[in-house]
Amino acid sequence: MDFKSSEPRREDALPATAVAAVKVVIVGGFGVGKTTLVGSVSEIRPLTTEETMTQAGVGVDDTAGVERKTSTTVAMDFGRISINEELVLYLFGTPGQERFWFLWRGLFEGALGAVVLVDTRRLEVSFDVIGRLEERGVPFVVAVNSFPEAPQYPLEEVRSALDLPPSVPLVVCDARRRDSSRDVLMTLMRYLHSLAVTPEAS
Amino acid sequence: MSDGPHWEDEGPERLYVITGGRNGTEDPAALDLVTLIVARTGPKPGMQPEHAAIMRMCQTPLSVAEISAYVGLPVSVVTVLLGDLLAARHVMSRPPVAQAQLPDLALIEAVIDGLQKL
Repeated sequence: MDFKSSEPRREDALPATAVAAVKVVIVGGFGVGKTTLVGSVSEIRPLTTEETMTQAGVGVDDTAGVERKTSTTVAMDFGRISINEELVLYLFGTPGQERFWFLWRGLFEGALGAVVLVDTRRLEVSFDVIGRLEERGVPFVVAVNSFPEAPQYPLEEVRSALDLPPSVPLVVCDARRRDSSRDVLMTLMRYLHSLAVTPEAS
Repeated sequence: MSDGPHWEDEGPERLYVITGGRNGTEDPAALDLVTLIVARTGPKPGMQPEHAAIMRMCQTPLSVAEISAYVGLPVSVVTVLLGDLLAARHVMSRPPVAQAQLPDLALIEAVIDGLQKL
């Protein structure tokens, strides 16, 4: 059987003292820079986990079936930041379409929160994402990835276009830069902090 | 060296064989993407290659997501394999924290401290 497994590099090993992990989900449309953001702050080269989506409606137990089941592979890139000796933060970049979220069971359950990464040239793809996160009660912040060729709008215009409540933080970032991506995560953490102090604020 | 999964060209049939036909839905609460897995021992002789690979890489803690990436198998398949190893007490799991809707302040403050050092 052709089984090829790779192994973590020695420098990618977590300390034996790592006892717990938390996760943050980076959500955005195709090409918006999710993997770039994850890669710029991650201590490991971003890894890819995959899940298969099998076409519904094909009888799984139909052993006589000669038609091939069509299965689609959906990938999710992720990275890691060691917070301290005990705690590890994982960042998962997932496509904006909700149907993908169910592939990774519990992707949002237990997540600290989410970052919605948007491209001002394709704001419309973010409407649905924001609505779904609100429905699920997942706290999130919105980060506009500033592509050099994209039109620059005042943030208040972006907020209004996204119909974003005033309480939800909205920032501009350059996902290629570590400090900028770090600041986005910091914005999310400070927001979560404010929610935890005053749970009714949202 | 390896750039990840190599099973794309193969059908779902192979994944079915690896897991013995189980689909990982028996115990949905047990493993999260960020549950950390640690091996209690080294790989044992006679282990299925996928199990042995997981035992080797989990000599230090590793998340379910990382295991999936390194073995090049979907998370749902890895979850089944880990279920076997957990049941046989070959590995132990360290569940993620913050299951509550609003995580506690101390945890968020720890993350903020950690990010500040980046």
